[in-house]
Amino acid sequence: MTAQEIHDILKSQFGEAILEAKLENVPDPFIKIQTEKIKEVAEFTKSDDRLQFDYLMCLSGVDYKGKLGITYHLYSMTHRHKIVLKIEVPTETPNVPSVESVWKTANWHEREAYDLFGFNFVGHPDQRRILLPEDWEGHPLRKDYQTPEFYNGMKVPY
Amino acid sequence: MTETHLHAIKTSTGRTLRTEEMVVNMGPQHPSTHGVLRLEVVLDGEIVVDVIPHLGYLHRCFEKHCEHMTSYQQVIPYVDRMDYVAAMTNEHAFVVAAEKLLKIEVPERVHYIRIIMAELQRIASHLIAIGTFGIDMGAFTPFLYYFRDREKILELFEMTCGARLLYNYIWIGGLSHDIPPQFVERTKEFCTDFKKTLKEVNDLLNYNEIFIKRTANVGILPKDLAINYACSGPMLRGSGVDFDLRRDDPYTLYNKFEWDVIVGKGEMGTVGDVWDRNIVRQREMWESLRIIEQAIATLPEGDVQKAVPKRIRPVPGDAYGRVEGPRGELGFYIVAEDSVTPYRIKARAPAFVNLSVINEISKGAMLADLVAIMGSIDIVLGEVDR
Amino acid sequence: MENILAFLNEPAVTMVLLALIPLVFILVYALVTIYFEMKVAAHIQNRLAYMETGWHGVIQPIADMLKLLQKEDIIPTDADKFLFILAPYLVFIGTYASFAVMPFSSGFIGSNIDLGIFYLVAASSLVVVGLLMAGWASNNKWSMFGALRSAAQIVSYEIPGVLAILGVVMVFGTMNMQTMTQMQDGGIQNWLIIGGNFPLGQKLALFPFMFILFIIYLLSSMAEVNRTPFDLPEAESELVQGYNTEYSGMKFAIFYLAEYANLFLVSAIVVVMFFGGWTSPFGSFMSGTVWSAFWFVLKGMSFVFLNIWLRWTLPRLRVDQLMYVSWKVLTPFALFCIIAIGFIMVI
Repeated sequence: MTAQEIHDILKSQFGEAILEAKLENVPDPFIKIQTEKIKEVAEFTKSDDRLQFDYLMCLSGVDYKGKLGITYHLYSMTHRHKIVLKIEVPTETPNVPSVESVWKTANWHEREAYDLFGFNFVGHPDQRRILLPEDWEGHPLRKDYQTPEFYNGMKVPY
Repeated sequence: MTETHLHAIKTSTGRTLRTEEMVVNMGPQHPSTHGVLRLEVVLDGEIVVDVIPHLGYLHRCFEKHCEHMTSYQQVIPYVDRMDYVAAMTNEHAFVVAAEKLLKIEVPERVHYIRIIMAELQRIASHLIAIGTFGIDMGAFTPFLYYFRDREKILELFEMTCGARLLYNYIWIGGLSHDIPPQFVERTKEFCTDFKKTLKEVNDLLNYNEIFIKRTANVGILPKDLAINYACSGPMLRGSGVDFDLRRDDPYTLYNKFEWDVIVGKGEMGTVGDVWDRNIVRQREMWESLRIIEQAIATLPEGDVQKAVPKRIRPVPGDAYGRVEGPRGELGFYIVAEDSVTPYRIKARAPAFVNLSVINEISKGAMLADLVAIMGSIDIVLGEVDR
Repeated sequence: MENILAFLNEPAVTMVLLALIPLVFILVYALVTIYFEMKVAAHIQNRLAYMETGWHGVIQPIADMLKLLQKEDIIPTDADKFLFILAPYLVFIGTYASFAVMPFSSGFIGSNIDLGIFYLVAASSLVVVGLLMAGWASNNKWSMFGALRSAAQIVSYEIPGVLAILGVVMVFGTMNMQTMTQMQDGGIQNWLIIGGNFPLGQKLALFPFMFILFIIYLLSSMAEVNRTPFDLPEAESELVQGYNTEYSGMKFAIFYLAEYANLFLVSAIVVVMFFGGWTSPFGSFMSGTVWSAFWFVLKGMSFVFLNIWLRWTLPRLRVDQLMYVSWKVLTPFALFCIIAIGFIMVI
């Protein structure tokens, strides 16, 4: 199934929630979704017989300076097609519905995004830091991140 | 999560015995965590009740570093250091993603050499995976047999690019140099010699009665769960999913060669058990040899640096490129702005994703099984923690 | 001079001197075996092992020993200090005491008591206490795990082991190890593994049962010395090093020594019971006090070699499989053999 057809199915199902789509002349066609709707869209793409996106390849946070975004790379094991979903949230209130209940693999990816970007995944069962120490301050992959001088009395920049 | 669960057991005399579950830390310094993984294991005697992995002991800020590079090419040495036992594959994955973003077409010879390198690297990585898995099972000897042959692959790499572990060989748009003249001959020799070891150790380890008893029906990962957890590579194929990126989402020129995708069939127990995962690795090496032999036989001529861009400044946008690494789907998500510096690079490390399923498949197993399961996931902490 | 001779003739002094012989033997043997094991392991694995210290690294074990001697002796802060220090010695004492009834040669046995093999089983059980003590006192969960595993394992495997010994005792009608050996004297055809020194019919009837008992005892002895495939108490990849994780320096060395001594001990029991102890395989040829010591050590070492060989070839069993082998395979077979031997001996 082509990106256009996937987009049409999602558009007819969710209408307003599909904000923007770029399907041609890009390496990976993507569809931008309203943040609040991402979980419903995720559930739909997984359960719908035409789409069956059962494999979440990757979930990456991105800091677009001023707003944060998440990119979901989806793949279907049955139909062997893929699509990219994107959402954006303001940096001040980075609340994103968690898709952990749809794809279990999102659990660690979301923990990583929380750890490095400071998203707040609503409905995530175990939102803890994963790569950095539990007592680390700040979220380093944000573009405005300042490296702290000291961490537990140890000098950080060397 | 560390609260202990209490049980009351009635003895025959009617007294109640109170037993507690024990929380032990497996790692970060532990022989079978393959590096610095820490598992918080809740044990009821020998039975595993819960496993909570703690990562990050080897976190080297790969993604943050990438945002401070002055060129995309500069990322490649960092990529090497992610999965340090399969550096060639990492480079390949990053380069596939970057070339997708930059829309670079590389000459055929480059594709062929990349495939040869990637398959040699897959063999080298699987040799370590199976060898260390043997050590986890208490069999030390096969490890050294495999190491001897891995050494030969490393010599081939050393001959090509001067480095044995971290190569910086595959560049965006090409390769750092062409292969040396003796390479083809030496690789052919290796392929012939290696088949002998492969057969010998396969009989010695994988079909050993004790080994089968230890691995069959242990750590069963059902098909649905494997897909839901986005497991990939031998982990996914061991669970009976017939999926290999080299065939199903072809990159470079894999569809030109004849080879088979190995799938676990549950020969010794249930589909998706530890034995299946291990045998998938073992048999994949045969397939890799087939690919290498074909690629070597039909290696085209050409200039390997023809398509290497002098200066990389992509159009703003993003691309996700993925390859089938030894551990599974290794993907790079690159976001570019109008600059020579990468804006954001996210690595989708197969070991990281595969490891997330450990809690699910090791509950109710024994402590020794947990070690077997860990070994069969084949994690490299450099990649998990990045 | 006379004073010295008189001193040496003093019973107490003689006893101490006689007791020192096994100790010296153990020490020398341990050095040789460490070297031997490393070399055998290395050659099994396509390696060379020690090559630097001396010709083919022959003095490496001595260097290792010196290293262990001068290592800092660490006692964990929260360890139970008394038990922690006592444990390695207890393990060693258990093993060393067992050597008392070992008939090294036709002319030398520490103590020729009638309850020989019974005493041996009892004394070597001390080892379990020592291991448990070490695991408990270390105040380390992994050590505790190792100690509990080892206690469970040794106690379970002692049952088929002792049953196998019982079968042999039924055949010989004595528990005296020297007598056992003497009964097998006269060449390879008289060894118990081939049916012993009995009339032909009885010999043929005994042969299969003796062979099964031999296998049973061999397996349970391997389990008792905690070596692969039965090395669960130490299981490096699971329990780090089991009960001796926290030990270092001399205490660790004593554990090590006890382990190797134990290895020879169980091999020697196999030799005494089934392979004619110190007797020469060629009847009266090459027999005599010195030759018999030679045969005893040679036979013992071949079983040590067998242990090493298996250790570097096989993977490790799991704990439930280990128990399965002991209780559901070895013990019933041993019981069956005992009944069969009973019938054969009566007829």
